[in-house]
Amino acid sequence: MISQPDAGGHFGPYGGRYVPEVLMAPLEELERAYQEARRDPAFQRELDDLLANYAGRPTPLYLARRLSETLGGARLYLKREDLLHTGAHKINNCLGQVLLARRMGKRRVIAETGAGQHGVATATVCALFGLECVVYMGEEDMRRQRLNVFRMRLLGAKVVAVSSGSRTLKDAISEAMRDWVTNVLTTHYLLGSALGAHPYPVMVRDFHSVIGVETRRQIFEREGRLPDAVVACVGGGSNAIGIFHTFIPDEQVKLIGVEAGGRGPALGEHAARFSGGAPGVLQGAYSYLLQDDDGQIALTHSVSAGLDYALVGPEHAWLHDRGRAEYVSAGDGEAIAAARTLATTEGILPALESAHAVAEAIRRAPEAKGQIFVVNISGRGDKDIDIYRENLKDLDA
Amino acid sequence: MPETRIGRLFERLRGEGRKGLIAYLTAGDPAPERTPALAAALERGGAALIELGVPFSDPVADGPVIQRGAARALKAGTRLRDVIEIARRIRRQSEIPLLLFTYLNPVLRYGFEALARDAAAAGIDGCLLTDLSVEEAAPHVEAMRRAGLDTVFLAAPTSTPERLKLVAKYSSGFIYLVSRTGVTGESATLGDAVAPLVASVREISGLPLAVGFGISRPEHVAQVCRVADAAVVGSAFVHLIERNLEDASLEARLEAFTRELTAPLGEAQR
Repeated sequence: MISQPDAGGHFGPYGGRYVPEVLMAPLEELERAYQEARRDPAFQRELDDLLANYAGRPTPLYLARRLSETLGGARLYLKREDLLHTGAHKINNCLGQVLLARRMGKRRVIAETGAGQHGVATATVCALFGLECVVYMGEEDMRRQRLNVFRMRLLGAKVVAVSSGSRTLKDAISEAMRDWVTNVLTTHYLLGSALGAHPYPVMVRDFHSVIGVETRRQIFEREGRLPDAVVACVGGGSNAIGIFHTFIPDEQVKLIGVEAGGRGPALGEHAARFSGGAPGVLQGAYSYLLQDDDGQIALTHSVSAGLDYALVGPEHAWLHDRGRAEYVSAGDGEAIAAARTLATTEGILPALESAHAVAEAIRRAPEAKGQIFVVNISGRGDKDIDIYRENLKDLDA
Repeated sequence: MPETRIGRLFERLRGEGRKGLIAYLTAGDPAPERTPALAAALERGGAALIELGVPFSDPVADGPVIQRGAARALKAGTRLRDVIEIARRIRRQSEIPLLLFTYLNPVLRYGFEALARDAAAAGIDGCLLTDLSVEEAAPHVEAMRRAGLDTVFLAAPTSTPERLKLVAKYSSGFIYLVSRTGVTGESATLGDAVAPLVASVREISGLPLAVGFGISRPEHVAQVCRVADAAVVGSAFVHLIERNLEDASLEARLEAFTRELTAPLGEAQR
């Protein structure tokens, strides 16, 4: 199968454009600008140059020998997006969108951030291009990710605390949308995940699809064949769709998305949209959504701010319904334990988000002798040191 | 003769050479049992139509005042079915047209067909879905029309001529023009986007036109109604409710403020 949306941005029934009328024409304009940019070889050349010489692509595909031996099953390869400039995959999309913003003549860029990685990447590209940058961040996430708040400010961005709702990513997106609806003529909304109204899910995916394209080439160079499974964490789902997309037609490659299982299966305790949610509309897109039976958006929980969101990106919903990708969840404790295992066997401390993917790979690897797994390490764990400390008290005596 | 209360309202206003005030309330703010009396106060003050806002947890098109109103209503346990019940109670005492004003997700959960049926039975006259674009609106419009309800859509200063045609095509009752780019909320002055937007929609539609967002003072109502058929006031009412939550004279204050807002329309009538 191939996975492309229809003209209205629908992946099957999912996706679309569910926003106030004020934003509809600007979204149409953005879509046109994006389509023109994609066809422009000069745009692609400039993006490729920045990805290579500024962000640090290609990232390594690293065979985790000690971890693989410890588990005694599958050979685990790690796609090292954590080695990119700013410490996560988010920079891929930010470079693409900032070039687009410049092309559209927008001098002001706004963004939302959960874990702070997208905010840092946005602040970075705005500094690089001399654009005004405002980042919306939930108060709860600002508390959890203090270091990234300071990094954004150091890069010249204004960080606006969002105190409504659950004071996390969802509320930051709502506040960014309110800013955009007000300042749409001068401002580009640099959305950081494969979410929101069309064309964002497809545009964000395209800018991250370089992850999968590199992985495919690298695994052929190393192993001479396709991997048996590709594992990635799914919040909105941008790193996952980035590494999955190239492999979608390769039906023999299992695509495994890992959501946040949080503290448990009760509504409000996790962010596992496929097991705990039902289709609905939030912030521009129709997809699997954590909600109550009155259609109010449910609160979510994850130790990882980047996975703590009520809606999953619409293309993932489609891949789920078509049976092309499988979605599972890993809890807070499993993710932290997995991060510790990776740190002690390989000397790599993953972001809490990426640790969820590592947890699933650790779970499956022992039963998969002779198989090859690729795990997307979407970000590095430095930003999460405070949370690791709180949760690994035995190391902090 | 128009089939709906909304259609008949605008026909009557047109016949009398008058303009109307549309008043927005978040249903259930501060509690579901309070809303019918607040609506009655708006009607006594001269409101011609009442928009009943369905509280939603993530109101992306609303400014802080209506966000807080929605939060109070949700805290009081207001659900979509309670809003329909509130409408039923208003309808027992009044013939004022009622428009349900809501975000899409609670409606998706309730079901388009079920909502159309239950809303019509309760005496609701139409429905506006803030985050439902005309492109995605067919199932909603079909269900509402079958139940004899009006479907109101938003037109914005950013809407292209092609989009305005679609908005006009799917709208019935009236078209709601957004006065500015932005979220709901009071403002000191109205921008200059209103008159050109009214003019371009008049060219392609014979439907009545209401203008909302940022209208909070009698002079705004007067200014808007020089070109449009009605002015919508929302945040200013919700703000007044918020400032007088514990005040026994809340209804009287609401009525008095509504009378101030409709005063310029009375002058037009004379």
